[in-house]
Amino acid sequence: MTRRVAIVGVGATVFRSVSPELSYKELMYEAAIRAYADAGIDPRVDVDSFVTSAEDLHEGTSIFDEYTPDQLGGVLRPNHTITADGLNSIAAAYMQILTGEFDVVVVEAHSKASNSLTPEQVAAYALDPVYTRPLRAHPHFIAGMEMNRFLSESGYTREQCAQVCVKNRRNALANPLAAYGASTELREVLESPPAFAPLSHADIARYADGAVVVVLADEERARQLNSIPIWVRGVGWCSDTPALETRDWGQAVYARLSSQMAYKMAEIQNPREEIDLAELDDSFSYKELQAMEALGLCEPGQAGAMTVAGETKPDGSLPVNISGGSLGTGLAHEATGLLKLFEIVLQLRGHAGPRQLKNARVGVAQSWKGIPHTSGAVVVLGRE
Amino acid sequence: MGLRDVAVVGAGLTKFMRRSLETGRELAFEASKMALDSCGLTMDDVDCVVIGTAPDAFDGVHMKGEWLADGAGGWRKPVMRGYVGGGTGVFSPIQAWYHIASGLFDVCLVVCEEKMSTCQPHPQGAFLTIFDHTTERALKPNLLWIFAMEMQRYMTTYGISERDIARVAVKNKRNGLDHPATQVGADITVDDVMNSAVMSWPVKRLDVSPTSDGAVAMVLASDRVARRITDKPVWIQGVGWSLDTQYWANRDLAYPTYLEKAARMAYSMAGVKEPRKEINIVEPYDPFDYKELHHLEGLQLAPKGGAPQLIIDGVTERTGNMPSCPSGGLLGVGNPIAAAGLMKVSEIFWQLRGEAGKRQVPGTPARGLAQAWGDLMQVGTVIILGNEPSSR
Repeated sequence: MTRRVAIVGVGATVFRSVSPELSYKELMYEAAIRAYADAGIDPRVDVDSFVTSAEDLHEGTSIFDEYTPDQLGGVLRPNHTITADGLNSIAAAYMQILTGEFDVVVVEAHSKASNSLTPEQVAAYALDPVYTRPLRAHPHFIAGMEMNRFLSESGYTREQCAQVCVKNRRNALANPLAAYGASTELREVLESPPAFAPLSHADIARYADGAVVVVLADEERARQLNSIPIWVRGVGWCSDTPALETRDWGQAVYARLSSQMAYKMAEIQNPREEIDLAELDDSFSYKELQAMEALGLCEPGQAGAMTVAGETKPDGSLPVNISGGSLGTGLAHEATGLLKLFEIVLQLRGHAGPRQLKNARVGVAQSWKGIPHTSGAVVVLGRE
Repeated sequence: MGLRDVAVVGAGLTKFMRRSLETGRELAFEASKMALDSCGLTMDDVDCVVIGTAPDAFDGVHMKGEWLADGAGGWRKPVMRGYVGGGTGVFSPIQAWYHIASGLFDVCLVVCEEKMSTCQPHPQGAFLTIFDHTTERALKPNLLWIFAMEMQRYMTTYGISERDIARVAVKNKRNGLDHPATQVGADITVDDVMNSAVMSWPVKRLDVSPTSDGAVAMVLASDRVARRITDKPVWIQGVGWSLDTQYWANRDLAYPTYLEKAARMAYSMAGVKEPRKEINIVEPYDPFDYKELHHLEGLQLAPKGGAPQLIIDGVTERTGNMPSCPSGGLLGVGNPIAAAGLMKVSEIFWQLRGEAGKRQVPGTPARGLAQAWGDLMQVGTVIILGNEPSSR
């Protein structure tokens, strides 16, 4: 029989645009001790395996897994790193527990983005070294092209995308972890200087520093621990293609396929009806609308209209990025997805304070690998 | 072991060489195609892909796993790249094991690729970036130096001579002559090793494996599907991995405790109680000749300081009681880092199936172990394969 897996502990630092007083190790440690206290476990005794998310060039250190075990309490234990968002590491931890050989697995991801003075030059190293990098273009041109294609294919407007910025940054005002909460007017977003048209500067999520740690356990252990278990009902992840030349520019195919995998596992037939809240990729404003479509959270072509009508606000029929999303909390490299998952866990537990939704039972978190790639992950969580 | 048993059903590899004309993606494609052809599958049969490749700094490609993905068949499929430095090549099939043993997938393609030649003038430039940015990097450390320290500590603690260690290089380079992918197979003597240039005492040129380009791929399947694909599935009986503290200067380098932990984890899953009797064939990680000995001890296949006696007695020769690195290992075939680890696992696969050609060990080995090592002398990864599923 397949085991059931729950999230039994979460911990996070606050996210800020800079953190000169703390090293990445201190950020990791702070998130870890909060998660362990939340779960009521001792990492040196109770944890069977540690999975961390990191990319060498984000860290400025090669084979970064070297620097993960000490501050997590994982020395001389199974540890490994995944070069993907924290939600992919949740999938890895989930699989490890399903094998039956591991009962408690810890997932960590962090961002120390402020260490990179020129993050766009780091991102440029992800472009194909033969075909694309020699163009010497700022890699965000890909987002501009993708947004253009998405708007023209789907009929969405810049105003609808701008509405996402307004909503998410306002949501972030109620989230003490968020770095970029603000009362922004639609006009301010629309009049923000163009970055890579139709993308404006305000459409782009800014980086923040911080760390998130999550503790997962099998059902038996989860029921012994004191925290309210939030069940992992489904996981999905997918890579489309690294080639700019042959990809589908208008649609987030990776998000659609990832969600299909996760929904199948979670036995979700009708996501629009069955999902109470969503934390979706909004590293660029249009990505939230694209993700709503890909995850089947709206009727085709209706994501923009739903947003303008306020359906995705905290008091709407499907709250999206109630945490503030990446536009409001900050884009946190590999921790981006875990911040989204963190919010869903708080909401499903009923611990979200002033942001608390009523009757939240099932939530979905989704993340994207980011420019220039087409891969991502989806995790479905539930109270039952 | 796990929710269900997992088997290796196919493998393939490119030639290991100093400088390949192919890109990393092309190397990954070549190895993947060969592995799929070897078991009569196509990408349509593959549910998910695991990619193994060590630092992005070699290729200068950020998010290298994404870039390699379509070369490795990872198009519109779940793709995951995990890593533990030099231990990655053996960790990748472990990662594929948990994909399948979880019950989520039936067939997983594992692809390990490394292209070190793009790093000019030498990959040591990339290795500099694995050290702590504040306390170590300013000293401009070189990997050869820290391994020389470890080798020296190992020799001093147990009274081991350079000549006895050199026997490993002689054995592995000779074994490598029979491997079709070999880059550095050679017939040499202990004197040749002793007379080769000192790089960082006691490490000499012939004590060290080369830098290489290459890729290896392997197909893993769940029990139900594996038996449909092949009459000779080779079962994963146990897996283990363990990561020690980053503060390597605080540890006693004479003995790899992290490897003992990883090995005990794998033995426990495999139901192996007496490793020295129950492991018939072993591929310990041998980027340096002393590492083979060091690792045999960490794996509990020799007493502490006792591994040199095994090679003196011929136990680890191909014709010996416990052949070690019958492939030729990293010293005899080559060392495209992640790919070299998976090459070791593929060697155990072919040996257990009796398909290792000129490298085939005598008798009918029933169980083999492959191991890799990496990071700051810090991680051990262990996989145990057998002709039967784990008895546990």
